[in-house]
Amino acid sequence: MELTLWTYEGPPHVGAMRVATAMEGVHYVLHAPQGDTYADLLFTMIERRDRRPPVTYTTFQARDLGGDTAEMVKTSVREAYDRYKPKVMLVGESCTAELIQDQPGSLAKSMGLPIPVVSLDLPAYSKKENWGASETLYHLVRTLLLPLVPPPNTPRVKREPNVRPKANIIGPTALGFRCRDDIREVLKLLAEIGVDVNVVAPMGATPDDLMRIPDADFNICLYPEIALTTCTWLTRSFGQPTVKTVPIGVGATRDFLAEIGRVAEIDVSAALERSQADTLGMWGAARLSSSAEAVASRLPWYSRSVDSTYLTGKRVFIFGDATHVIAAARIATEELGFTLVGVGTYSREFAREVRELAKKHGVEAVISDDYLAVEAAVAEAAPELVLGTQMERHIAKRLGIPCAVISSPIHVQDVPARYSPQMGWEGANVIFDSWVHPLMMGLEEHLIGMFREDFEFSEGHMSHLHTAPSSATASAPESVSQSVSHEPVASPVAASTIVSTSINGAEQGLTWSEDGEAELKKIPFFVRGKIKKNTEKFASDRGITSITVETLYDAKAQIGK
Amino acid sequence: MALEPCTESPVNINTATNTAPVVLKERGQREVFCGLTGIVWLHRKMQDAFFLVVGSRTCAHLIQSAAGVMIFAEPRFGTAILGERDLAGLADANDELDRVVNQLLDRRPDIGTLFLVGSCPSEVIKLDLAKAAERLNQQFFPKVRILNYSGSGIETTFTQGEDACLGSMVPVLPQATDEPSLMIVGSLADVVEDQFQRLFDKMGIGPVYFFPPRRAANLPPVGKATKLLVAQPFLSETVRLLMKRGATLLPSPYPLGVEGTTTWLKTAAEAWDIAPEQFEAAIAPSVARAKMGLERYRQVLDGRKAFLFPDSQLEIPLARFLSRECGMKLIEVGTPYIDKMLMEREIDLLPIGTALSEGQDVEKQLDRCREARPDITVCGLGLANPLEAEGMATKWSIELVFSPIHGYDQAADLAELFARPLERRKRLTV
Repeated sequence: MELTLWTYEGPPHVGAMRVATAMEGVHYVLHAPQGDTYADLLFTMIERRDRRPPVTYTTFQARDLGGDTAEMVKTSVREAYDRYKPKVMLVGESCTAELIQDQPGSLAKSMGLPIPVVSLDLPAYSKKENWGASETLYHLVRTLLLPLVPPPNTPRVKREPNVRPKANIIGPTALGFRCRDDIREVLKLLAEIGVDVNVVAPMGATPDDLMRIPDADFNICLYPEIALTTCTWLTRSFGQPTVKTVPIGVGATRDFLAEIGRVAEIDVSAALERSQADTLGMWGAARLSSSAEAVASRLPWYSRSVDSTYLTGKRVFIFGDATHVIAAARIATEELGFTLVGVGTYSREFAREVRELAKKHGVEAVISDDYLAVEAAVAEAAPELVLGTQMERHIAKRLGIPCAVISSPIHVQDVPARYSPQMGWEGANVIFDSWVHPLMMGLEEHLIGMFREDFEFSEGHMSHLHTAPSSATASAPESVSQSVSHEPVASPVAASTIVSTSINGAEQGLTWSEDGEAELKKIPFFVRGKIKKNTEKFASDRGITSITVETLYDAKAQIGK
Repeated sequence: MALEPCTESPVNINTATNTAPVVLKERGQREVFCGLTGIVWLHRKMQDAFFLVVGSRTCAHLIQSAAGVMIFAEPRFGTAILGERDLAGLADANDELDRVVNQLLDRRPDIGTLFLVGSCPSEVIKLDLAKAAERLNQQFFPKVRILNYSGSGIETTFTQGEDACLGSMVPVLPQATDEPSLMIVGSLADVVEDQFQRLFDKMGIGPVYFFPPRRAANLPPVGKATKLLVAQPFLSETVRLLMKRGATLLPSPYPLGVEGTTTWLKTAAEAWDIAPEQFEAAIAPSVARAKMGLERYRQVLDGRKAFLFPDSQLEIPLARFLSRECGMKLIEVGTPYIDKMLMEREIDLLPIGTALSEGQDVEKQLDRCREARPDITVCGLGLANPLEAEGMATKWSIELVFSPIHGYDQAADLAELFARPLERRKRLTV
């Protein structure tokens, strides 16, 4: 039994729904009690889907339990088939149905429907949403393609050199983070290097499309949480290699092209070269015209331009699903010049990869689906920018830290009307804007620093783009330290010192002299808390009880910015 | 299963007398929330209470999704998510539950009442939460009172969760004296409670207790002299339990709309023998204001067709309001279940021959709705956008549970909720 106030992932059957809803011609019969239909609104509200998810629920009640709930499954399967005439039926159960053991999958299979029936056994008491999506895709693909698997050690027919290579894009689902736009961006990348797309799945695919998967030369595993199991099986069964680089960020997109070059045995050097050359603003008329499709990102030049100098060493905390966290860490450190001060994921299946990443940056990974543990870790790391899910956005808001959303679970605002991919060249542009805007723009920040002493600048002048912790959030550290006392991830002392107002100097036997306090006020509000904390630690380590302006600068010299 | 199409039901109705209307009873896929959803408003109503669902990841996901997907602060509800080990042995599950409750109460010393809320899985594995509450009370009472109820989908729909929750509080309500008192049963927005309190004061009715109270620790007394005026139509079990403790039910329509509110207040006034002039004088300013506010929206809604899917159990009182005060035509009024004791006065006020349906077979109901092409469809969030995409204006029923809609000063707001989708369609050119 695990106390959960909020959860990053839903149950595994919601993962199955994400696959079914993404596809055409698939229907999912879910043996589930009344109430489980809530899951429909995730799709119709968050993604504003214009159709109900293709799911029929048996909605059994207590009074049915003594009777024939198995018969309800059969009725639902029959009626769903008659009404929707799907090409494939998925049949499974939610947590409660798992307990009554009606075996809905087997029941449905015994009904003699003229279509394939895929039985989904998704253990609801040990697994979660992404795993459920991954298993569903795997079983669906495997059920359809198993008859086509050639005998072991059959050599794969080599592509004729004059035929363009074909790729499958595996992984985008409903409720995924920007999947809709990522697909288009990846299609552009492939077009640029002369690779044709065979099948995109599950999003937009029909069961007939899945049957054509073996026709491609290789598979692109776009979201490993969802697609890796399927891609691995396809490699084993059909000898299709898997492209594993996820093209989020400029470097990763280049690596993605290079990996496809190796896997498909094509020359991608021209595309790689263009991606290097064409980054200087793109002001020429020829480049502005729509016919000259951008084949490079503005991110490298924007990042090198002087306005971005202030981004150097910005402390960033990253949390989300593994795919987006790993990509974000690379962009943050290698492409924007941030410093990674904390990283973690709720994707336990990819904990090892995220731990390795954390180690590389000298931090401890937070592998947890307890948002309070994440909140404590964020508070302790005292970042200047948080990249996370919608939950980290709320955490950052409570702590008064700028934030951008990079990962599921999503909210209606993560399904924007505009084209807003994360992948490819345009994705890198989108990322530059959406991560940098929450921070103050460089020049603006510089000017505020310069004119801070002018009387027109009231204390705490800040950008309209984010607000510092108000007095209302001063209570936040209390709740953080409370939570921390039950979480081994951080010490309560460290967590309670993130916001300067939480530090009770008197209690620690520390006081600030008048000149020390006056000098502290000259420091921009967004780093003041951290500097105050560092200085107090510096003082108490040295047995200094009164912090003067000299102590402040001594500490600064010792600790650095 | 469907017996006959509900549209045929008017034919058999005797006109003058109040013959019981023909009700289409359906048994199929029900697109409704379960009782756990009630936690979303109950935890806000009772600020010293914590709701701990003993259930699965699905339960946790449901509540956070229904609560608007995100949590802005540490919530006063949570889920003790059952794991495989808990399913393997109930002894372990009990130990585990005790551990989680200790962990929680350690963490939240501000909590005075803890509700252990049963779910589908906890009911199916027969985890005895009543026993658990008894055991935990020995440890924590009186600092914390532990109560239990079931919000499981196999036993409760949507608003029945509140019924089960309030029902669990009835046995611990203090014994009232012999002085007559009025108990308003059903959670109302604080602002609405204050409005009603002022009206009762003006009439000279009192003392008035609201149940649930704003703090779970301030329990209202109940006894033989308690008269029950029910504010929400989904509290069958609570009312029966209160009656068992000696209270008397004052049957009435519900305080939705001007007519509903007047009738509801009058029911109390009559029980208190308030002179008609005094009653009229007390309500007159509010009635005048409410009628004026309502008129604007009545003009928008008059003659329009409404189709109500079953969800919140408010459908019948809402239909009565929409038809009698807003001039709307009722195509079908669906409701999860009909409890005659609490609904009879409302059904009597519906136009003769109103097509009522109880239970649901959502696919068939959608077919009927598409066929009827109503001007506005009241439905759950799962159905709203798909219906809009088919060109039908919708009103999500969950908003009716979360917004203050009871009483005079909310009558116009209530009508506005239905007029807004129509107004929106009028404005948009895309």
